[in-house]
Amino acid sequence: MTACTECGADVALPDDLEVGEIVDCGTCGTELEVLETAPPSLDRAPELAEDWGE
Amino acid sequence: MRVGILYSRIRQDEKLLLGELRERGHDVEKIDVRKHGFGLDGTDAPLADCDLVVDRCLATSRSVHLTEVCETYGVPVVNSAATAAVCANKAKTSLALADAGVPTPETTVAFTPESALEAIEAFGYPCVLKPVVGSWGRLMAKVESESAAEAILEHKATLGHYEHSVFYVQEYVEKPGRDVRVLAVDGEPIAAMTRSGDHWLTNAAKGGEVNQLDVDDDLADIVADASDAVGGGLLGVDAMETGSGYTVHEVNHTVEFKALNEAVDVDVPAAVVDWLESTAAETAPEVTA
Repeated sequence: MTACTECGADVALPDDLEVGEIVDCGTCGTELEVLETAPPSLDRAPELAEDWGE
Repeated sequence: MRVGILYSRIRQDEKLLLGELRERGHDVEKIDVRKHGFGLDGTDAPLADCDLVVDRCLATSRSVHLTEVCETYGVPVVNSAATAAVCANKAKTSLALADAGVPTPETTVAFTPESALEAIEAFGYPCVLKPVVGSWGRLMAKVESESAAEAILEHKATLGHYEHSVFYVQEYVEKPGRDVRVLAVDGEPIAAMTRSGDHWLTNAAKGGEVNQLDVDDDLADIVADASDAVGGGLLGVDAMETGSGYTVHEVNHTVEFKALNEAVDVDVPAAVVDWLESTAAETAPEVTA
């Protein structure tokens, strides 16, 4: 568990956490980017940009 | 092998790829492209020791530039800069497909709202207006009347970015409630699925239902030709079924395969890594005694 940077709630993290992965805060819904895995560190993820996608 | 993964966001697709590469004992270097600068003759990014770099940039602009950068540095990269340049732009893709004789929807590119409206009127209603750069079905418009066309063109012209003033007008293709996605490596299909839905856009990203599809000979031929037309590599070829056969409407060069992997019996990340291994072996410098 790591605290959401927006609302402070605990965020559940998968076991195979990757730097660069996006996790959702289950409480406020904010998309959070994983900055570090050991120990886990999160920050608000960048907003969707027009040229994103496959 | 040592594999560099260019990324700015790790999606489920990249996690599948990373898991397969690590399971096979490959040395994986994740390269967050936001953290580095890329000079004319070098970079602080750890590219140089990579046997192969895989472009998994989520942002098309980064993908197009960084594949060029890798090739300039002499670092093997998939997909190639040429493939990225063609697939990143729908107008270039359409031209490449048409030039190679691959069936693709009739398309007109116009540069003013007035000439775009003329093109729309020439196609008749409904027709389709798409951004030349973009994905996941965003900002796609099914234009069903002149008044709707005028409103959409006015909105696009005021969006600000110059690319919205490149009006990509396309015939509306009646499809049987689904389209087809084939994942292919250098034209050879790995797996395929249909994407179905009630909406005219059936992308998986739009919530389309996905189901495994067996690739028939006609589809395999068209996929091979489409792959050749855009320069080959690891591609997602999107096609629609018409009364007279398949028509290819898009080729994706940083293809997502999570939904496909869930829909088919094939181990998609394993097949992709098989291809990466063979590609790295082909690009490795020959050792002479």
